[in-house]
Amino acid sequence: MAEVPEPTHRRRSHAGTRDLERYAGLFAERTGVMRSSAMRDLMAITARPEVISLAGGLPDTSTFPPQSFAAQMTRIAQESAAKALQYGPTEGFEETKDCILEVMGAEGMLPDPDDIIVTTGGQQAIDLVCKTLIDPGDVVICEAPTYPGAIPTLCSYQADVVQVECDEDGMQVEVLEQLLADLRSEGRRPKFIYSVPSFQNPAGVTMSLQRRHRLVELARSQELLVVEDNPYGLLRYGGEPMPPLYQLDGGDFVIYLGTFSKILSPGIRLGWAVAPPPVMEKIVLGKQAADLCTSTLTQYFVREYFAERRWQHYVNDLVEIYRGRRDTMVEALRTYFPAEATWTEPEGGLFIWATLPDYIDTSDLLAKALRADVAFVPGQAAYVDGRGSHSMRLNFSGVDEDEIREGVRRIGKVIAEQVELYGTLTGEHREPAPVEEPQPNVVPFRKAEEA
Amino acid sequence: MKVAVLKGGRSLERGVSLRSGARVEDALERLGHQVLPIDVGPDLVKRLAAERPDVAFVAMHGVGGEDGTVQELLEILGIPFTGPGAAACARCMDKVQAKDAIDEAGLETPHWFAFNQTAFREFGAADALGRLEETLGFPLVVKPSRGGSSLGVRFARSAAEVPQALISAFSYDDRVLLERFVDGRELAVSVLGDEPLPVVEAILLEGDRYDFEARYEIGRTRFVCPAELSAEEERAVTEAALATYRALGCTGFARIDLILGDEGPSLLEANAIPGLTDTSLLPQAAEAAGLSFEQLVERILDLALKPAAA
Repeated sequence: MAEVPEPTHRRRSHAGTRDLERYAGLFAERTGVMRSSAMRDLMAITARPEVISLAGGLPDTSTFPPQSFAAQMTRIAQESAAKALQYGPTEGFEETKDCILEVMGAEGMLPDPDDIIVTTGGQQAIDLVCKTLIDPGDVVICEAPTYPGAIPTLCSYQADVVQVECDEDGMQVEVLEQLLADLRSEGRRPKFIYSVPSFQNPAGVTMSLQRRHRLVELARSQELLVVEDNPYGLLRYGGEPMPPLYQLDGGDFVIYLGTFSKILSPGIRLGWAVAPPPVMEKIVLGKQAADLCTSTLTQYFVREYFAERRWQHYVNDLVEIYRGRRDTMVEALRTYFPAEATWTEPEGGLFIWATLPDYIDTSDLLAKALRADVAFVPGQAAYVDGRGSHSMRLNFSGVDEDEIREGVRRIGKVIAEQVELYGTLTGEHREPAPVEEPQPNVVPFRKAEEA
Repeated sequence: MKVAVLKGGRSLERGVSLRSGARVEDALERLGHQVLPIDVGPDLVKRLAAERPDVAFVAMHGVGGEDGTVQELLEILGIPFTGPGAAACARCMDKVQAKDAIDEAGLETPHWFAFNQTAFREFGAADALGRLEETLGFPLVVKPSRGGSSLGVRFARSAAEVPQALISAFSYDDRVLLERFVDGRELAVSVLGDEPLPVVEAILLEGDRYDFEARYEIGRTRFVCPAELSAEEERAVTEAALATYRALGCTGFARIDLILGDEGPSLLEANAIPGLTDTSLLPQAAEAAGLSFEQLVERILDLALKPAAA
């Protein structure tokens, strides 16, 4: 066998600027809207070990039993190595779909397995839906704030993203109705409405039952597609379960996106989409073009894992852990954030959305917070139009309770310094506001009309 | 030759620095040097002492790497390094110090006032704001004294916007300056050794010209090099940049940013260690002068090892 020559360079040499110009003429137009920003650079330093990061959206994978992981992978290696190492069907294995049916069944949904496609994480499901439905310039409606990870996807398909304000009951469907009417009068029909109705990322709010019914009615009467992204539905720490939009609609106008990331592992990159057959047909073609099929190895892992019939216990364990962390974060916010701040108290999910006085820009605050070794996501990341600059997303699932308390304390301290300085600058020297009520800061979202 | 590439560190510009560093490492390898990449941390001195590089290539930006801190250490350790010395770095990093030096050299820089937080917190500096605003006029620019890129730089279009702009700027540094806004073309002159490189012009393609983020987002600002200037303009601009370079005591290289307005060039600031990424201005200017990135890196190394020959 011929010897493989040693590579002469560790990495391929970077293009010089002149080369870059040569390539620039080749770039697709859509790359022009893929933006890099100073904030992204700021986020680069949140990875320092001494930084308490409340910025990520990481589930806690540390409690997953390694013995169980080892046993499942061993079984796959011994019993199904050839198949697990082979390509699989584009739609995913039937056995994976059985697991998906169990997960969706736990929230009262009963889709037809033929309507399901297994994807490389929920993120690919979003991408495939966009690829199937969006032409450049098409209107897509999403919540304000919306899932920060959906924005680059929507932008890369050159969607015209319009955001509808949320309040404590989720997307304001009344505002959406007006928007739809306005768009209709301009002769524009949105391709879809993207929503995370339960324990929304980043706002932590959950759409009320009444609004869910109204949204589904709107979709059905105006023949609009709703893309329901539901990664956190089973992570409920209080309150009554809410029916997913998919269940209310029956799957005619709701495309449903799910994932194993938050109930098992994000590392296995397994998600799914459920769509009406004509839409699914196109999604499958898109998936074929993107990556042929989802990792067969991790599909085998999920199959083995579900065969143990413990998956719901594990979700319950996570719910216990996350409930404690949410409570700790809310408690810490009450203790350490100034009276001018407001925040959501989510009944589930991974995030709290906090809003500060108008004069504090959370991107700038992040620079100060990083000097105090703590990080969060500045609210601007959840908007396409630069709004959100006074808000921040705080994650409570990825770090333990002591770190949550300490992290919130540090953020509270840098905010307090800003508040005090502002008082000095404007002559409105304020005493630290007394905490009178037990919950002075709950209900953060000003209704749109007040904002 | 054994070249240590110092990059990363804890500054807010860590991301850019890692990109600059990676690109320099590639170039050094292609030039046949032995490369020692160091993501700067608490073990820096120990590593330098153990590895004993012939020269250190400082590819760090922002506080710590560009403000003279690392340079001072290298001077103490007796390791030659690229770019300006510790004192010049410290002067460039601090916009207030830099403007003082520029002003003393008789060069034009937009009128300014500087404050630290104590002035506001303890000495009622807020009461002086009205008068300063009258002197500077609106819009005015509020900047952290030390800080790179556009971080914390805000325009205030009215008195009501000043406190919020100050809060933003104070997020990055304890001292801020309020500066008169000078309208004109935005130019950058990189100096290599004692030679000015072709002038780069930044042209904002879309959006609000007071939106600083836009200036640094790929795709929203277009850079033209060499800038289209008359011979007279070009002479005035490069002379002002060179005089600034000297007034600040720079050696090796630096990038001088200025505005070319109706009254001629007005100097904004000097970057002791400008970015070296594939979209940065110094490499662009070098290419316009016919220097490949490798040649630029080699020249920078030569200047570090033979400062007298510069």
